[in-house]
Order: sequence, then structure tokens, then C-alpha cells
Amino acid sequence: MEDRAYRVVLIATVLVVVGGAIFLYKWQGLGFPVQPDAETQIWTVEVTVSFAAGPGPIKANLYIPGLTPGFAILEENYLSRGFGYTPGYVSGGRQVQWTRRRARGVQTLYYRVVIYKDPALIESDTTPPFPEPPTLSEPLHTAMEQLIEDVGNKSADPGSFTVELLKRLVRPDRDQNVEIFVGTAPTAAGIARTATDLLAAARIPARTIRGIYLQEQQRRAKIVSWLEIHDGTRWLYFDPLTGKEGLPDNFLQWWTGDDQLFEIDGGKDVEVRFAVKSNFMSPIEVARRRSDERNSLVAKFSLFSLPIQTQAVYGIMLLIPLGALVVVLLRNVIGIQTFGTFMPVLIALAFRETQLFWGALWFVLLVSLGLMFRFYLERLRLLLVPRLSAVLIIVVMLMLIMSIISHQLGFESGLSVALFPMVILAMTIERMSVVWEERGSQEAIQQGLGSLFVAAACYGIMDLEMAKHLVFVFPELLLLVLAATLIMGRYTGYRLLELYRFRELRRGPD
Amino acid sequence: MLSWARTLRTNGVLGLNERNAQVIQRFNARKLYPLVDDKLRTKRLALEAGIAVPELYCAIESQHDIRSWSKVVEQHTDFVIKPAHGTGGDGILVVTGRSSRRQKLYQLIDGTVISEAGISHHVSNIISGQYSFVGSRDCAMIEYRVETDPFFTAVSFQGVPDVRVLVYQGYPVMAMVRLATRRSRGKANLHQGAVGAGIDLASGRTLSGVLGNDIVTEHPDTGEPIAGLDIPMWDQFLSLAARCYELTGLGYLGVDIVLDRMHGPLILELNARPGLNIQIANKVGLKNRFTLVDNLTAKHDADEKVTFVREAFIQ
Repeated sequence: MEDRAYRVVLIATVLVVVGGAIFLYKWQGLGFPVQPDAETQIWTVEVTVSFAAGPGPIKANLYIPGLTPGFAILEENYLSRGFGYTPGYVSGGRQVQWTRRRARGVQTLYYRVVIYKDPALIESDTTPPFPEPPTLSEPLHTAMEQLIEDVGNKSADPGSFTVELLKRLVRPDRDQNVEIFVGTAPTAAGIARTATDLLAAARIPARTIRGIYLQEQQRRAKIVSWLEIHDGTRWLYFDPLTGKEGLPDNFLQWWTGDDQLFEIDGGKDVEVRFAVKSNFMSPIEVARRRSDERNSLVAKFSLFSLPIQTQAVYGIMLLIPLGALVVVLLRNVIGIQTFGTFMPVLIALAFRETQLFWGALWFVLLVSLGLMFRFYLERLRLLLVPRLSAVLIIVVMLMLIMSIISHQLGFESGLSVALFPMVILAMTIERMSVVWEERGSQEAIQQGLGSLFVAAACYGIMDLEMAKHLVFVFPELLLLVLAATLIMGRYTGYRLLELYRFRELRRGPD
Repeated sequence: MLSWARTLRTNGVLGLNERNAQVIQRFNARKLYPLVDDKLRTKRLALEAGIAVPELYCAIESQHDIRSWSKVVEQHTDFVIKPAHGTGGDGILVVTGRSSRRQKLYQLIDGTVISEAGISHHVSNIISGQYSFVGSRDCAMIEYRVETDPFFTAVSFQGVPDVRVLVYQGYPVMAMVRLATRRSRGKANLHQGAVGAGIDLASGRTLSGVLGNDIVTEHPDTGEPIAGLDIPMWDQFLSLAARCYELTGLGYLGVDIVLDRMHGPLILELNARPGLNIQIANKVGLKNRFTLVDNLTAKHDADEKVTFVREAFIQ
């Protein structure tokens, strides 16, 4: 006895731990959402490179996103007919190299990446070493020394130093010391490059980062340069044109350094275009693709690897265990009597389509009419199986008639009567009539209402958006349902209704 | 609510969950069920052991033999047809005589009349398994109709009152008499509306009764007092019940015994899942009595067990 109780608890614990662990991994590790609603914004960025193939073999390098603070890559693909491609890491980030022995005419290469916001990806890189001060010839060297000293006097730390430096570089009335570095009409990239050199002289690690601003829809996104410095503990970002600190939310880092985005051997008339399109996607889909990307075993064995129609079937089937749990609770802990153990669960499934009120109405109507016919059949003295079949046929015909009549009357809800499990209904009618005959109408109606009540309760649970979502996305939670069922299987206390049933015994022995 | 549960527990009341998990699953091995679920088998076992049962006229086991029943009962004016696998008294037809006007009509205990075809249909239903709780093919038994001892006729509305003795490990630990009412249509089954009355094991004297889940002191139809009746041949009731344990080996057993005016106490049927209303009828919980039996060290034979309970369970 004790051993058995112990074993049930042990098994239940194992089930809870295993189910809970998979659930936690999928939730926290793979980012599957526990909330049913909420959509994730995703962006598709497409880079189109076209060029006229020149003489000789073609070798083209395109920077592609590698480190993307604030964003995560969902998927990427390379589209290039006739070209071989190899993505790889270089000093400025990631590059894809397209190669081809020979080609003629205009060639087009595509790179497409789908990204989404992931606030977890904040830290962009490791701490860099201190840079060597640049060696410059006169008079640049003196000008640089002068500038560094000036700025150094007016700042407290690498951050404020950079702000002050940028202010000087950008200011329209810039002095000569500055102008010899940046020229008269500086670009953001130019300023960032100069600032990197000057910051190196002050032994502050810095680099230019390049990227684009993500907007709803852009046919031609512009490459934007930002200045990135390391203050000893973390990276800081500055807009080289304004000196403002902090990266905007929608800035997608593409590569770092001063290299060109695209470089080619054996081609000319290069045109590079960035197109951005924003979309919404269910977070489930995002998590699924991500786990595909990570080649996670859990994802491979998930529901989502099944065809869509099968998924839809399981979406309903996975709710049945929840209904079964409700049945166990209501029968063994509360003590409500029903016709057939799982009949209420199947009725509850039909309620999902009909809605509760109409479902209950149709159920009562079908069962009452069916019972009337069944009582008449009793007088005809039929054998059991033919009589059951007759009830089944009558149930089907009743369903048809109800659908037609309610459709004629304009109640579209009547059409969903067809979703009731007819065999179950026929068996319910049969059993109810036997109980009616043998134990009286009171008990039959009581059990009928009990069944309806349990069905409604099952429906209440199975129709919760949260429940539907959870069992579908995290089917491993069914292990927890199983554990709860096992535990309840060992419940030997009184049923709630027994407290009433045995009320005379509460007074104690006479 | 919790205090209600606590009071019930203190009073040793057995609940359905506990009965199923701790008593039936523990003491009633599943392989023993067919012995009691099949009343035909029970009857044959009882006959072998020399335990008194109502005489079996015939058993009809196939649809093919349905018509044969009328031949068998030709020399009997009254008889009972019941399913061998029935439960809770369902499907039992009590024929009390033949219509005087027409040979082919039979009189039922509730006063209605049924045709020969009607009875055949009923037999056919029984055989096709309508009353069998396993839902499979069944067989119909036709047997001696018990004639109630006059002692009980005043306190029963038609039907045959029977005594349910609850036997735990061979010890008859609790008993009640079940009296048919108008509502129960002559059937002595509590959930069909019959009255149950607890019995003091020591004396065989009835206590107050229970109708549904309520306590009653008088029969709802006859108005006769239910309490304080001394059941005749009480000792035989208890020893019959105790011997049924040896017959079946079931540790938790309900034994239904009727008192026939000619043959005395007869075993009507055995039940491997006896209900819990007997506690309400006796106003006593079962668990305390189970514990007393569990704590016994001595080995008793059937007669010693009867002696023991008559001393131990005085109310």
C-alpha cells in the first residue's frame, strides 16, 4: 500500500520534472511564448547587387550582418544563379563571397535576411585592446596633439571626450586644426573615420559601424555610419553628425570599419540597393524558425514539424486530456454522476463549434427527442443491436432535420448540430432510457443533467484561449496533466457530494 | 466543509473512493469477480457447498432457445426471470401467475399483465446483454419465486424484502433489511426507492430505516413501524453470509438473503461491489468495524466469526 502510494508520487514527480523541464527550455531557451496573443514584428532586408560582368573570373564580397545589437537573425538566404557562395567572418564582421569563373552581361546577386527584435542581444562585442596612436606627419601631428589636449581638458571620461571631439569636428565654425582632418564638407563616414583616428591618439578604442534604419517599408534604405567607442566596460554609440549618444531602436548594424559594403573583382557599374519590409509574425513561428536554425532536437520532435492539417487535428486532440482531467475531478473528487465516462468530453468538443448556449440547447433537444423515439421502440420489442442501430439512425435524421429547420428559420447555429458525436449521443439515449426504465425518471434526468454540467465544465476549460495555446505549443504539459491524474487516482478521501449524502452519519452514532 | 469531512472520518464512514481503492482493489481479486457477477455460477457453487438458494428451473443461453421457457414453467404458476449478469436488480421480471382469462397472458408482481411475446422479448433482451454491465452476451435464469415469509409482508409493499449482509474477510460486519415500496415497484433495491433498515447484528432486531439518503421510521406505503422488528432465524442469516466468503474468497462481499415462507433464509445473490448506504441505514461507519476485524489475531472458522460479530457489534 504505502509502497504503491510512494511509487505514484515518484512517477508523478518524474513526469512533472520532465514535462516542466521541456516546458522551461522551450519557453526560456527557445522563446516559445506562453501568452497566446502578441505578435512579433519582423523585418525582411533584401540587398540587391547588380553589376556588369567584366572580363575574367568574378569574385564579389558583400558584407552581411554578423553582430546585430538589439536584433536577432531569424533566417537568411543567398540567391545568385550560377554563382558559388561562401559566407564567412572577416575583421569587419561577416561577408559572403560570390564567385564565378565567367559570366556575361548584367548579373544580379541577392541577399535576404529576416530579423526580429531581441532585447537580449545588447552586448555587441568583446572588449577591444587599446589602439596604437596613429603616426602622422607634420603638420597633422601637431594639430592632432593640440586637438587632443584641448578636448581632453574639457572632458572627464571616454564618453564625454568623444562628445566634445565630435562637437569640434562637426561645428560649422571649426578651426584650422580640425579642418585639416575632415575637410570642408565632411560626411558622417568621414567624421567617424577621423574621430576613430583621433580617439586612437587618446588611447580610446573606437570604430565606425555601418548599418540601416529599419522602417515600415523602404525601397532604398541608406547606409548610415555611427561611431562606436569602448569606455573600458562597454560599447557606446555616437551619431557622428550630432554627437548624440545612444543607438536608436531601429538601427540595424550591418558591418564595422571603413571597408566598402561591396567589393568586386571582374565586374563594373556596380549598383547596391537595400530594401526593407516590415511584417508581423506569430511569436510561435519566430520561435519555431529559431529552433530550426539552432537545430534543436526539441524542435525536430515538435508538433510544428507536422503538416498543417495534422496540426489542426492535434490542436483539438490535445485538449481531450484536459477534458479528461476535468472529468476525473468532477467524478472522483466532486462526485457528479454522468452517462459514460468520457461522453461529456466529446460533447464538450462539439460545444466548441456550437458555443455553449446553443450546444446545450441542441443537446437537450436531441436527447429528449431521441428518448421519445427510444421509448416507442421499446414497445416494438426489438433485439438489442437493431434497436441501437435504429436509435443511431433516428439521431442522424433528427440532426439533419434540426439543421434544415433552423437554417430555414435563419438560425445558422443549427447547422453546427452536425458536429455532435452521433454514436455517443445514441449510446447516451440508450443508457438514459435504461436508467429511466429501471431506476426512475428522477435518476435518469439527474444523470443527464450531470453529464451536461460536466460537458459544460470541460468546455469551459477546453475553450480557454490560454489552455488551447499552451497544450498546442507545449504538448509536454500533458505530462503534468498525467501526473495530476495519477495523483487523483490515489485520492481516497470523501467526494464532495458524499459529505451531503452521509449527512445523517455526521451526527455520530446514537 | 472540512469539518464535515473530519466528522465523517471520526465516525469511520467509508467513502466511494476509499471503498474502490482501499477495499475492493485490495481484497477482491479481479479473477474472483465472475464467481459473483455470473449468478448462474454463484448458484452452482452454492449448491455444491450445500448453501440454500432458490431452485433454478432453467437457464436460457441463446436466442435460439428463447421459446423453451414457456415449456419449463408449465408446472409452475409463479417464477422469476433474471439476467445472470444483471446488476442492481435491473432486468428482473417477477411473474406471479397466469391470467385466468387467457392462457398466453402472465401476471407480474406489480399487477400488470404481460404477453408471452413480451416475456420472450425480455428474455431476448437479457441474452443480448442489455442488463449485463459488461455489455456482452448474457444468459437468462428462470428460477423459483421466493414467497415472502409473513413476517415481512406487513412492512413491504409487494416484492420480496431481502437482507443485505456485508461480509468483510468472512466476518458479517453490518446488515440491513431492504423493503420494497410503491416507488421501487416491488424491487428491494435502495437506489430504486426501496427502504433500508439497519439491523443489530447481535440480536437481529431492526433499527430505523433509510429512504434515499434520509432516515425514516415507518414504511412509506404501509405505515408500519420499521424499527424494532426481530428477524426470525437470524443466526442462519449470519452463518449463510459468513460461509459465502469461503465460497468466493472475496474479502469485501455483499450477501443478499431472502426469507422464504417454506425454505427459510435463501441466498439470492452475491455482490462484489456492495454499496455504502448500509452505513446510513445503520447510522454507523464501516471503517471502525473493518479495523476491529483487521486487528484480530485469532483464526476463526465461519461459525466462530458469527459468534465474534454478535458479541463485538452490539448496537
